[in-house]
Amino acid sequence: MKITLQHNRYFSAAYWEEMWRRLISTLKREFTTFRSSGAAAGVFRTMVLKEMSDHFRSWRVVILMAIILLTCVGSLYTALSGIGDAVNPGSSEEEFFFLKLFTLSDGSLPPYFVFIGFLGPLLGISLGFDAINTEQNRGTLSRLLAQPIPRDYVINAKFAAALLVIALLFFLLSLLVIGAGLVALGIPPTPAEFLRILSFTLLSIVYVALWLNLSLYFSVRFRQPATSALSGIAVWLFFTVFYPLIANVLIKAAAPSPYATGRSVYLFERFRFLLMQVMPNELFSQATSTLLMPSVRSLGPLTMEQMEGAIPGSLPLGQSLLLVWPQLTGLIALTLICFILSYLAFMRREIRSR
Amino acid sequence: MGEATIVTRNLTKRYGDFTAVDDLTLEVGRGEVFGLLGPNGAGKSTTILMLMGMTEPSGGSVRVCGLDPVRQPIGVKRHVGYLPEDVGFYDDLSGLDNLIYTARLNGLSEREARSRALRLMGRVGLAEETTKKAGKYSRGMRQRLGLADVLLRNPEVIILDEPTLGVDPSGIRDFLRLIVTLSREEGITVLFSSHHLHQVQQVCDRVGIFVKGHLLAQGDIASLASQLFPGSGLDEGREYGLEDIYHHYFEGGTVNENHTATQ
Repeated sequence: MKITLQHNRYFSAAYWEEMWRRLISTLKREFTTFRSSGAAAGVFRTMVLKEMSDHFRSWRVVILMAIILLTCVGSLYTALSGIGDAVNPGSSEEEFFFLKLFTLSDGSLPPYFVFIGFLGPLLGISLGFDAINTEQNRGTLSRLLAQPIPRDYVINAKFAAALLVIALLFFLLSLLVIGAGLVALGIPPTPAEFLRILSFTLLSIVYVALWLNLSLYFSVRFRQPATSALSGIAVWLFFTVFYPLIANVLIKAAAPSPYATGRSVYLFERFRFLLMQVMPNELFSQATSTLLMPSVRSLGPLTMEQMEGAIPGSLPLGQSLLLVWPQLTGLIALTLICFILSYLAFMRREIRSR
Repeated sequence: MGEATIVTRNLTKRYGDFTAVDDLTLEVGRGEVFGLLGPNGAGKSTTILMLMGMTEPSGGSVRVCGLDPVRQPIGVKRHVGYLPEDVGFYDDLSGLDNLIYTARLNGLSEREARSRALRLMGRVGLAEETTKKAGKYSRGMRQRLGLADVLLRNPEVIILDEPTLGVDPSGIRDFLRLIVTLSREEGITVLFSSHHLHQVQQVCDRVGIFVKGHLLAQGDIASLASQLFPGSGLDEGREYGLEDIYHHYFEGGTVNENHTATQ
């Protein structure tokens, strides 16, 4: 094959000059429209405030908040009533006494962080499932899009408002637990404990944001709010109920015989661990339990060699974070992917009235 | 007629194999009330969406107020008010609050927004209903609130997509009168899309007849007949009205002048 260089446009300076000129002019134009979309920050703020006031005024959010507040108080009560027995002097967990408020349970009610893992998805789904489609069914979406605002403001404002509501709720709950602990126990949390509680709160917000984004996507995708809510709940049920069942079947099928070599047992354990890691709720519970229980030192399978010489004790926060770094990145990535999906779906949609 | 506010050249929109708007070339002058008359599914709404930059044309070009809606949708929306067919409001907010929200989205301060919203609600005859929840508004009131909503940003152009659907006759008359007054007093260009011949006839300076994505003819009502029936041997002495044109083109069982049939 003969290649004639002089005929290939990619080799001519004029071509690249032209491309460069185009790129610069596009950037300039984008920048000026960005600047002139101007008063923009104020407009976006107005939209977020309106969405937030919608949330706070809706019965749905009030009910959800009440449920979550009640469970929080319930698990706090069981934790407080059982905390006296939980003190065993001299143990390594002694120094993280305060965190027990979040993890302790007397068996009648699950501990606080398990509750959040369970109710969080519901909260996220219910805040987002009707975000876009109700707006369209009411005929307000096409009116909104006829305003001189960038189109993505609509979906960004929806997301930001719901996220702020969630953040507000979770910070409120965490501070409530800390405050109740202060009053009931009379000892303040150490800085390390406080930071752990803070990272747990942030992690819960990310986790709920994941479900929020997923339901936001369904709200763009489906015209009927009921369909969109059901799809969100279906995904959630799949991961909490059905996926573990399927995973168990697979794990049973792959279980090595009692006489198998150490290597195959190790591989099997890896396989089991990986299979479980697919679930976002599993990621969340691994990450939160590591953050709230400093004595957790490993999540995957360990060999005897790895355990050798280890002194049982608590990890510092940095090490705990390092341990769950894959889980954290996984959760944040999933959240982002869901948001990008809903963003793209919304931006490419042609919006007609009703 | 002055310079043109809305110009389209060979504007085309295809959805897959289906061509919704085919090779549309149209000019609407400043301060003019232009009627887009055609049966349902003729491509009127699609054309309007393209004018607003809410959907991209498959071919051809559009200029609205000298701007290209594809490249500068926000600029276009700053000058153009669009009242969608069957406009919706936030039912749990009062009519006034709905308008204030829109005004805030247009970059007005809270105080300006409130005063302008109040003034416009008076203008469209809703002065008594400012604090009533928008969900309790009747259809005709909603439509008038929609008009106030559109006027909030002092538009140069108003685009009305089937604004009279489901409004009772006296409501329609008031609404149309309001539009004409606005256009005359403030020099606003109005693009009025409808499948109701009589309404178009009542308010529009010029009319474009739109069938199956094609613009069959445009001009004032008197010139339309001569465009559409040139030397067809029809009664020379008789003046042909829009009605004849309408019957000629739409009455193939495709059009129903019925409110309920359009929903």
